[in-house]
Amino acid sequence: MSDEHEPSRTKVPMPLATLSDPHLGDSATHPSRVEAIIALILLVGTVLMAGFGAAYWQNWNPVILGGTMGAGLFLLGFGLTAWGKYLMPQGPFVEERHPVASSPEARGAMAAALVERSAVVVKRRKMLGGIFALGSGIFGIVAIFPLLRSLGPVPGTSLEHTDWRKGTLLVDSNGRSVSRGTLVPGGIMTVFPEGKENTSYGQAIDQTVLVRVPGGNLTTAPGRETWAPAGYVAYSKVCTHLGCPVGLYEQQLELLVCPCHQSMFNVRNGAVPQFGPAPRPLPQLPLYFDTDGNLRAQAGYDQAVGPGFFERSTTKENGT
Amino acid sequence: MSETLPTARSKRQALGPYGRVGKVVDELDDRLGIAKGGRVFLDKIFPDHWSFMLGEIALYSFVVLIATGVFLALYFVPSTNQIIYHGSYKPLRGQPVSEAYASTVNISFGVRGGLLIRQMHHWSADIFVGSIVVHMARIFFTGAFRKPRELNWTIGTTMLILAVLEGFIGYSLPDDLISGTGLRIGYSIAESIPFVGSYLVSFLWGGTFPGNVIIGRFYLIHVFIIPLVIFGLLGAHLTLLVTQKHTQFKGEGRTEKNVVGSPMFPTFMAKTTGFMFMVAGMTALLGAFAQINPIWQFGSYDPSKISYAVQPDWYMGWLDGALRIMPSWEFAGWGHTVPLEVFLPAVIFPGLIFNICFAWPALERRWTGDNELHNLLDRPRDRPKRTAAGAAMLALLFTLFAASSTDVLANYFHISLNVVLWAFRVLTIVVPIIAGFVTYGICLEMQGVQGIGKRKRAVIVHRSAQGEYSTVTAAPRPGDGHEELEPEPVPVRIDIASLAGTEEGNGQSSPTGARQVTR
Repeated sequence: MSDEHEPSRTKVPMPLATLSDPHLGDSATHPSRVEAIIALILLVGTVLMAGFGAAYWQNWNPVILGGTMGAGLFLLGFGLTAWGKYLMPQGPFVEERHPVASSPEARGAMAAALVERSAVVVKRRKMLGGIFALGSGIFGIVAIFPLLRSLGPVPGTSLEHTDWRKGTLLVDSNGRSVSRGTLVPGGIMTVFPEGKENTSYGQAIDQTVLVRVPGGNLTTAPGRETWAPAGYVAYSKVCTHLGCPVGLYEQQLELLVCPCHQSMFNVRNGAVPQFGPAPRPLPQLPLYFDTDGNLRAQAGYDQAVGPGFFERSTTKENGT
Repeated sequence: MSETLPTARSKRQALGPYGRVGKVVDELDDRLGIAKGGRVFLDKIFPDHWSFMLGEIALYSFVVLIATGVFLALYFVPSTNQIIYHGSYKPLRGQPVSEAYASTVNISFGVRGGLLIRQMHHWSADIFVGSIVVHMARIFFTGAFRKPRELNWTIGTTMLILAVLEGFIGYSLPDDLISGTGLRIGYSIAESIPFVGSYLVSFLWGGTFPGNVIIGRFYLIHVFIIPLVIFGLLGAHLTLLVTQKHTQFKGEGRTEKNVVGSPMFPTFMAKTTGFMFMVAGMTALLGAFAQINPIWQFGSYDPSKISYAVQPDWYMGWLDGALRIMPSWEFAGWGHTVPLEVFLPAVIFPGLIFNICFAWPALERRWTGDNELHNLLDRPRDRPKRTAAGAAMLALLFTLFAASSTDVLANYFHISLNVVLWAFRVLTIVVPIIAGFVTYGICLEMQGVQGIGKRKRAVIVHRSAQGEYSTVTAAPRPGDGHEELEPEPVPVRIDIASLAGTEEGNGQSSPTGARQVTR
C-alpha cells in the first residue's frame, strides 16, 4: 500500500542546480560565491534583529524600531528565499495528478446508500420526519429573536423625532444661549436643544446649524414667514443623503455644503439641494426670540431629520 | 561473545542510517502513521511562476494581521464611555474623549512599540485586501477558477467580502472623527434598505445612532467572529489547493495529468518561509516610515463635527465613488420612502458585483459548454472574451474609485465640481466599454504575433569613436532559445556524497546532466 506512489520514482540523487539549468546561470557555476553573498545577507539581517532588540530596550523612536525590524525581517527572508532559489534542488520535478474522482462503483454505492436508505426512512416513518422538520424549523425561526431582536429596540417612530419641542432654548456646544447679537450677518454656528449639547444623541440627531443671513426677517418658503427672525435661520445639520454633519458654509453663495459627498443647500430658499446626491431639503426649525431676547424653537422639526428610510413619510407632521 | 562498552560509533549505528531524525520518524510513525503521508507532503510539487505568490502575500498579511492584532487587543478598550484624557499626548489633555479613542492614542504614544504595531496592522489590512484582489484577478484571467476549482473560487470571493467588512469594522473601532463619520455613513446605508433597514440598524446599534453599544459589538465581530470565519475558510482554501493540486502554465512536460515544479521540502519551504519574512518585513518598513491614520490629529468622534477631503481606506473607495455620482433619485410615495440614491449604489451595486464574481464559473461553463476538468492555465490572450470582461470590470471599479475624489480633483485642477461629477458619470459608462473592446482587440492581435511571450535575445548598442551607432546581437544566455528541462520525479534518496561533489565541482558532475531539451 505504501508503494502506491513509489513506482513513478527512480532512485537517483536529488540534484542541485546544474550548469545547464537556464533559470540559474551564475549560481550553478559558482555556488560558493552565491553562498557567500547569501551568508552576508543573512548576517546583516541577524545584526539588524539584534539592533531591533536594542532599539526596543532603549525605547528609541518607532522609525528606528520599525526600520531595524522591517529591514531585518526582509533581509532574513530575502536570504532564505535566495538560498531556496539558487542552492536548493529546482527540478523541474514532476508529480502525477491522481484523479480526485472516485471509481464509478464507489459513486454508485454512495448514491445508492443515500437514495435507498432515505427511501426506507421516509416511507416507513414519514410522520416522524415531518414532526422533526416542523420542530426544528420552529426552533430556527424562534432562535432569530434572541439572536437579532434582543439586540435593540424596534425602531417605532424613534427615527421621526428629535429633542426639539415648542419653546426649546437654542444653546451652543458650551450651553450658552443665542441672542440677537450672537452672530454677525453671514455668521454660522451649531446649536443644540438646551441640556442636550453634551449628549451623543443631541450631537448626532438634534444638531442644528444656525445661520444669520443679512437683511432682517427671512421667509424661506410660503408659510414660513415667521420662522427666521432677524435673519436667524436654522436647519437640521444632519445631511439628508447619508447623515454627515453639513459642516461647511459657503458664505458668498449662502450655501451649506456637506463635505462627505458635496451636497449643497441654499439657506435662503429652505435648504433646497442645489447640487449633489442629497434628495431632500434640510428640515427647517422655526425660531422666535423670547422675552429675554434668546432664540427658541417655535416647534420641533415638522419631519424626520437625516437620510431616508422605508417608514419615513413625507406627509406626516411630527412637530411635537 | 564478549561484551563491549557502547561507543559513540556503535550508538550511531544502533540508531540506523538516518540517526536521531530517523528515530523520531520511527517513533512518530508507530503512533500516528505519519511517514507515508508525510513523504508525499514533502514531495508535493509547487509550480513556479511569479503570479503564484500573490495569494501568498494575502496569506502572510493575514499572519501579520493576527500577530499585530493580538498585540493591539491587549491595550484597546472597546468602549464609548466618555472620559477626560490624561495621557501622554499633551494637545489632547483635559479634553473629553471616548475610552476607545483614548486607548488608541495610548497605544500610539504610551505603549512601547505601539505606534509601529498599530501602523503595521493598518498597512497589512490594506495589503491583505489588495493582495486578495490581485490574486483573484490572476485566478480569473488565467482561468484557474474552472472545474474542478469553482468551490475554491467561491471560498476566495467570500473571504474577499469578509476582508473588506473586517477592514471597515476595524477602521471604525478607534472612534475618531473620521471613522465615526464612516460609521454614520454605514448606518445610513443599512437604514436605506427597504422594509428591514430601520429595524436592522436599530438592532445593530441598540437604538438610534450613535448609541453606546456599537464599538463593543464591532470589536467582538472584528477580533473574533470574522477572523474565525476567515481562518476556517482559509483552511478550506488551502486544503482544497493541496488535494486538487496546483494549476500550472503550459510548458515542456506539463500536462493536465501532472504538476511540474520544485518540491515542498526543502526548496519551496525555504522560498515561501523567506517570502513570509519579506512580507512581514515590508509591512514593518511601511509601519515605520509611512504614517497611516494619525487619529490624534482628528480628535475623538463628535457626531456634530466633520473634517474635509478625507477618503475611506482604498477598498471602500469604489462604493464612495458610486454614492457620489448617483443622481438624487429618492422614491417617495404610498406613505413610504425608498432612498434609491443610497440603496442602489451602496447596497444593490456591490451585491451585483460580488454575485457576478460568485456566478462567473457557472456562467462561463454555460456559455462555453465546457464541463471538462482543467489543470493547465489559460494565457489571457487565448480567452479574449473572458479577458475583456475582466478588464471591463476592473476599469469600472477603478473609475468609481477615482470618482471618490471628485472634490479633491475639482480643487486641485481648479475645475467646476459639476464638470468633474458629470465627467465621472460619463466615464463610468464609457471607460469599461472602451477597456473591454480594446482588451479584446489586443488579445486577438497578440494571438497573431509570432514568438510572443518568449524571451528575446539581447541587443548591444555600440557607439563608435566617430559617434556612429551600430547594434550587435548579444551572445546567447541561459534561457535564450527557450530550452526547458524535462521534468523528472522527485528522487527517493539523496546521495549525500554526490551532492557534496556537485557543490565542490561547480555543479558539472550532475548525474542527470542530460536533462536539457532544446525546442
